[in-house]
Amino acid sequence: MLDARVAGEPFVEFDGAGLRLPTGKTLLHDLSLAVPEGETLAFIGRSGSGKTTALKLVNALLLPTDGEVRVAGQSTRTWDAIRLRRRTGWVIQEVGLFPHLSVGRNVGLVPELEGWPAARVGKRVEEMLELVGLPAPEYAARYPHQLSGGQRQRVGVARALAADPPLLLLDEPFGALDPITRAELQREFRGLQARLKKTAIFVTHDMREAARVADRIALLAGGALIALGTAATLRASRDPEVHSFFEAGDT
Amino acid sequence: MSAEILTETIHHVVLVGVSIAIATAIGVPLGVFLTRRPAWSRLVLGVAGVLQTIPSLALFGFLIPVPVIGGIGTRTALVALTVYGLLPVLRNTVTGIAGVDPALREAARGMGMTDRQLLLRVELPLAASVILAGIRVATVIGIGVATIAAAIGAGGLGVFIFRGVAMVDNRTILAGALPAAGLAVGADLLLGAVERRLRPR
Repeated sequence: MLDARVAGEPFVEFDGAGLRLPTGKTLLHDLSLAVPEGETLAFIGRSGSGKTTALKLVNALLLPTDGEVRVAGQSTRTWDAIRLRRRTGWVIQEVGLFPHLSVGRNVGLVPELEGWPAARVGKRVEEMLELVGLPAPEYAARYPHQLSGGQRQRVGVARALAADPPLLLLDEPFGALDPITRAELQREFRGLQARLKKTAIFVTHDMREAARVADRIALLAGGALIALGTAATLRASRDPEVHSFFEAGDT
Repeated sequence: MSAEILTETIHHVVLVGVSIAIATAIGVPLGVFLTRRPAWSRLVLGVAGVLQTIPSLALFGFLIPVPVIGGIGTRTALVALTVYGLLPVLRNTVTGIAGVDPALREAARGMGMTDRQLLLRVELPLAASVILAGIRVATVIGIGVATIAAAIGAGGLGVFIFRGVAMVDNRTILAGALPAAGLAVGADLLLGAVERRLRPR
């Protein structure tokens, strides 16, 4: 490990976390790292490196077969999974919006599940859409298929933030976008984070994106942590796998 | 005779409507259950498929001596029509729910939906058009099969068809066949329109 800058109390901790399938295949091996409150950490790696697995261990979509993952000091094994997930914003590639629900209903979904009164949900939906630059009067009644890819992704971010969760998980959220929209959304995400200061874990395969959105970067390969540090410290690394990600990003 | 046609047409609609409602009430929950227990799926769909292959006149005949659900009359006809309606509803429920994008299912779980919320808010609404297509097929089949219900004294438009065949009178046959065909086409168009409205974009 290259760097262990600690900014606050750890909010998410991987403690020797591993996931082995019943078939014997190891998806993630002995991952230990802490994400302090307010930090944005990026997991970067090739396909099959274990980065999405690591993310799903945080909101208990998967449970570790070895070690444990703690959120707010509590193991994901003992968290009520439904409660944990509602307190965790989850952004995935554009498939994540429900096609049969309007933009407004998509955004208001978690507050609604949490039993907020309708008026409060409505107000929150307006605020959230405003926050991501899609004014509610114009967009709330539309359906996901009527939006551009970038707009859909903004709705995804608004939805994840709607119940004001302390933790955000983002699984290649901008992966399906064109480079210009992508850069725009990365900038907006940075801006939002500067204001909201959520603890966030961001999965990507693009080093340039990781460097733009994250405070620290954790590089995974073959289910193991190879390097952890800021973009600058990683750039200085001699590890060939780390190096290859910068080269891929420079082309 | 036109008053009689109207009466039997209404009776026909009731026979089909009630049996499809029962088939839906059984088929949709059972289909949902099968998506949760895939191991049972083949067996249950297999049985429903075999029932479907019994020639309709034979099924009506088989049911006559059966106690409680059998005998002569409307009740027996409803049982037979429900049996025919079950397979399309059941199969389309299973197919429709299985066809929901796994990524959406995972998104729903990741947002903290319970199993019940996942079913009611995501899976069933997204599968609704496919399930309705099953109900539509069941209805159209049911309208045809229900003409045979007259053979066991259950009434319906088949009354004219059987009478016409016995009298070798095409006009009487048509008095049953034409309204039945009209009902089938009408039901198909109506349910098709509903189905299109439910289709996710």
